[in-house]
Amino acid sequence: MALDSKIPQGPLADKWTKHKNDINLVNPANKRLIDVIVVGTGLAGGSAAATLAELGYNVKAFCFQDSPRRAHSIAAQGGINAAKNYQGDGDSTYRLFYDTVKGGDYRSREANVYRLAEVSANIIDQCVAQGVPFARDYGGLLDNRSFGGVLVSRTFYAKGQTGQQLLLGAYSAMNRQIGRGKIKMYNRHEMLDVVIVDGKARGIIARNLVTGELERHSAHAVVLGTGGYGNVFFLSTNAMGSNVTAAWRAHKRGAYFANPCYTQIHPTCIPVSGDHQSKLTLMSESLRNDGRIWVPKHKKDVEAIRSGKLKPTQLAEDDRDYYLERRYPAFGNLVPRDVASRAAKERCDAGYGVNATGEAVYLDFAAAIIRYGKEKAHVKGLNENDDALVKELGKEVVKAKYGNLFQMYEKIVDENPYETPMMIFPAVHYTMGGIWVDYNLQTTIPGLYAIGEANFSDHGSNRLGASALMQGLADGYFVLPYTIGDYLSKDIRTGAISTDSTEFEEAEKNALENINHFINNKGTKSVDSFHRRLGKIMWNKCGMSRNEKELKEAIEEISTLRKEFYKDVLVPGTADEFNEQLAKAGRVADFLELGELFAKDALLREESAGGHFREEHQTPEGEAKRRTEFQFVSAWEYKGEPKDALLHKEPLVYENIEVKERSYK
Amino acid sequence: MSGILSSSIGRKFAMAISALFLMIFLLQHFAINILSVFSPDTFNEVSHFMGTFWVIQYALQPVLIFGVVFHFVMGFVLEIKNTKARQIKYAVNNGGANSSWMSRNMIWSGLAILAFVVLHFIDFWIPEINIKYIQGDMSGMHNGEFRYFHELVEKFHNPLRVGAYCLAFVFLALHLLHGFESAFQSVGANNKYTKGLKNFSKIYAIGIPAGFIFIALFHHLNQIL
Amino acid sequence: MNLTLKIWRQKNANDKGKMVDYQISDVSPDMSFLEMLDVLNNQLIEKGDSPVAFDHDCREGICGMCSLYINGEAHGPDRRVTTCQLHMRMFKDGDTIHIEPFRAKAFPIIKDLVVDRSAFDRVQHAGGFISVNTSGNTQDANSIPISKHAADKAMDAATCIGCGACVASCKNSSAMLFVSAKVSQYALLPQGQVEATDRVLNMVQQMDDEGFGNCTNTGACEVECPKGISLENIARMNREYLSASFKG
Repeated sequence: MALDSKIPQGPLADKWTKHKNDINLVNPANKRLIDVIVVGTGLAGGSAAATLAELGYNVKAFCFQDSPRRAHSIAAQGGINAAKNYQGDGDSTYRLFYDTVKGGDYRSREANVYRLAEVSANIIDQCVAQGVPFARDYGGLLDNRSFGGVLVSRTFYAKGQTGQQLLLGAYSAMNRQIGRGKIKMYNRHEMLDVVIVDGKARGIIARNLVTGELERHSAHAVVLGTGGYGNVFFLSTNAMGSNVTAAWRAHKRGAYFANPCYTQIHPTCIPVSGDHQSKLTLMSESLRNDGRIWVPKHKKDVEAIRSGKLKPTQLAEDDRDYYLERRYPAFGNLVPRDVASRAAKERCDAGYGVNATGEAVYLDFAAAIIRYGKEKAHVKGLNENDDALVKELGKEVVKAKYGNLFQMYEKIVDENPYETPMMIFPAVHYTMGGIWVDYNLQTTIPGLYAIGEANFSDHGSNRLGASALMQGLADGYFVLPYTIGDYLSKDIRTGAISTDSTEFEEAEKNALENINHFINNKGTKSVDSFHRRLGKIMWNKCGMSRNEKELKEAIEEISTLRKEFYKDVLVPGTADEFNEQLAKAGRVADFLELGELFAKDALLREESAGGHFREEHQTPEGEAKRRTEFQFVSAWEYKGEPKDALLHKEPLVYENIEVKERSYK
Repeated sequence: MSGILSSSIGRKFAMAISALFLMIFLLQHFAINILSVFSPDTFNEVSHFMGTFWVIQYALQPVLIFGVVFHFVMGFVLEIKNTKARQIKYAVNNGGANSSWMSRNMIWSGLAILAFVVLHFIDFWIPEINIKYIQGDMSGMHNGEFRYFHELVEKFHNPLRVGAYCLAFVFLALHLLHGFESAFQSVGANNKYTKGLKNFSKIYAIGIPAGFIFIALFHHLNQIL
Repeated sequence: MNLTLKIWRQKNANDKGKMVDYQISDVSPDMSFLEMLDVLNNQLIEKGDSPVAFDHDCREGICGMCSLYINGEAHGPDRRVTTCQLHMRMFKDGDTIHIEPFRAKAFPIIKDLVVDRSAFDRVQHAGGFISVNTSGNTQDANSIPISKHAADKAMDAATCIGCGACVASCKNSSAMLFVSAKVSQYALLPQGQVEATDRVLNMVQQMDDEGFGNCTNTGACEVECPKGISLENIARMNREYLSASFKG
């Protein structure tokens, strides 16, 4: 099947408006006759479910957590971008579009990104109307901060808990519809398969995680807002439950999987402390607004610091290497994430890492504390030269801005970041790749949609900070509810979909066999032990930098590990009870397949772009080197084993933006 | 505002209002009793006024009794409901880590106070009602002088009773230490004055019961020394 | 460190349940509490026993899923943290640690340490929202200035993660702190005023119907709340509720 991205004709700026005017609508009376399933209740799924229900569709929403409010969007800290230009610093829809395409290293789809930038301003209006308590300045108007990879302040935020507040906004909109009976909510349910009837997605098989029962749910369309697959690395900033299962099972039913190798490694996370580690904790990118990143200039200081003989605060300015400021004077500490992460890795690989494992760099707030303290002293008419006072005042300001992050750091690391620099290291955070969708967010299966992080469309090979929240809400609130209507307009006479068909039966049987295999396998090793091993392979061979040899090894190793997993995994308990290990086994099985496709995709992409860095393709200064012949989306079709996956290419065309060497110098 | 008393917040509001009312009464009661230390004559006059003025006897006294009964009954109703809200208790519960002993044991201090109120009624209120409304003697006189001061002093002769009174006032203090400031929270007052109110409520909660204990001990010691 | 764990085990909602003892060795002080339980579970699985079920997801203190009652306190002895942020350095070698589920009639146990907190969701369904439809046409976000003070207070209330520690710690299993946090967030913002009366009445009604106890102002909830939600919110809800009741 040839890929048709269905991008509307016409000038870039008019495409979305024109498209909205051209597509079919469903009249309000008919919407009552149509059911839509939304899987996942994060920013994308939650906002989509709420909006579809407001429009009048009968929505069934599913989440594996105990409440929609717990979806991992809640953990996003820093903020959400919107081209409001409230700061009057020259921001515009075009500039947001430009920054996003450039930040994504020219590997995203122009029309989608422009639409994203276009609706971004509506998101802020919508969220404020919903009662989301964004930060405000003393005049009562909305405050902004700036994020990596851009030259304007367009990031709206709610302390360090922006994701939480936006998700609770979407959750509140859902609650209103649940209360009205327009959304039927299924908590603690996991989607195990999508059911295709006559070539269209017509329902799902879900497992009730409390009772273990398999359930059939039918609908006229199915929407996946199931997030990313960063947990394929085992250690990531994703939640423990975040998984690829829904997306992968859809892939197995015919949805193409696009750019699986595009992973974002976030530069500012708390370093790994030991083998027991179950997950990594992010420190918001907003910290790079005020924190300066450095390592010692000299190896002898590194040694002294590692052995505890020297404190970082004792090191003189001249002996510190503020490597981001040195290498990228224009953007300094606010270079995009991929660049910052690679730069940290480069220093640590060169032996300058500052903790025992040699995998950490400093993020230092001493300068910011002094700067803010002086400002505050000046405003209050106090002595700006009183060091103790200035420090005290400065700490107050920093606390007001990042207090919750500092507290979190202190609880985890047991060090006070107001007094000593934070230690940070990159960690897997977000996956730009995902299910392939067209301009309407429809996958290659008619009636199956993918939104938010679950799809691939907007971030290219690297996502800019504060853009994930923007995309999730844009898809859910403002894009999908329009585009899905065009598809559903053909279903007004279909009537309710029966769950008695052979297709439902087959899908349920398939899911049941899978479950029974795990329960009856009685192997010797826990699910987690396999997950950890997969994670190690992924991090070492498909991580921040990749090469042909290791990717080939990774493919072999993952394939072998998968076979071993099916033979030797031990899942305790039964299928008809609350059994977390069983749920996990299914998820890890899917990660073991995805991981291999991931490596295959990375092997195919013989260039460096954004988060995908192939050692063979770099500039003499060690920057990513794109290659024009790879200016396409790789969309993989399932053909059984991951090694047999069939590649489809969607060429990327840039008509409104000049494809340049990305430079943040 | 129909059904406000069936809601959790409504009930809590009612508890607070009845409590505030009882605390005003307590203050008034204390103000009169302390007179017995300084001036038995004034004490007698005021007691007579309180015991015979119709507004107080026929209007305020029933309100007071209603307030007392309401506060107790509602307290028990809430306690039962609250106990039911957790059917399996924790094996280990470290309540001291997050709340005061007083706040967790209002029912026990309340029961102690209830026992005291019963004793107090037997000691003073029932004889009063008997003399005034059954025997019909509204004069307040006994052997040619006001009887109130004598009756008071007499009651504080028995050291057991004095001990019971003192103990009851300790419980009252404990009850008030949580109850007074809690009442402000229940009626929705939590603002910049809260700190001051809390301090005031602590002074009241300790001061008033301490004052009652002083009166009891004063009269007891006066008799035996 | 070597520890003795006393953990509540209950097969399902109908099982009676009991405390069971476990020994665990080689616990590192840098582990989080849940990572310590991961280690225990791995041992149990490899021995062929059933692992201890507990709720957890984000493991960074924001999703509100983890919910353990540790040594008699919700989320354990540390302050301003969820169970997942509690680290083993808070304990000593040789300690005995009691681990129980959050207990309340309104939070029935599903298995072991996993409880059903859907009562919280239902309270939110009753009014935890502002009725505004999604459209591209809401007024500009800056058209209503909101004082920084009110916005900050609303934000403080809105940081509630809905974990249920307030209910678990309250001797009355009262949900007042949780409900008041949402009521306060909207009461403090101009957008929330239109529905203020109905919101507080409906949410309190639902809260009562779910079987939570009454607030007796012990303040335990505020102390144990991992996000430090203030008792001020309860006072505010009391005000809101009373004025709404008198309005009729």
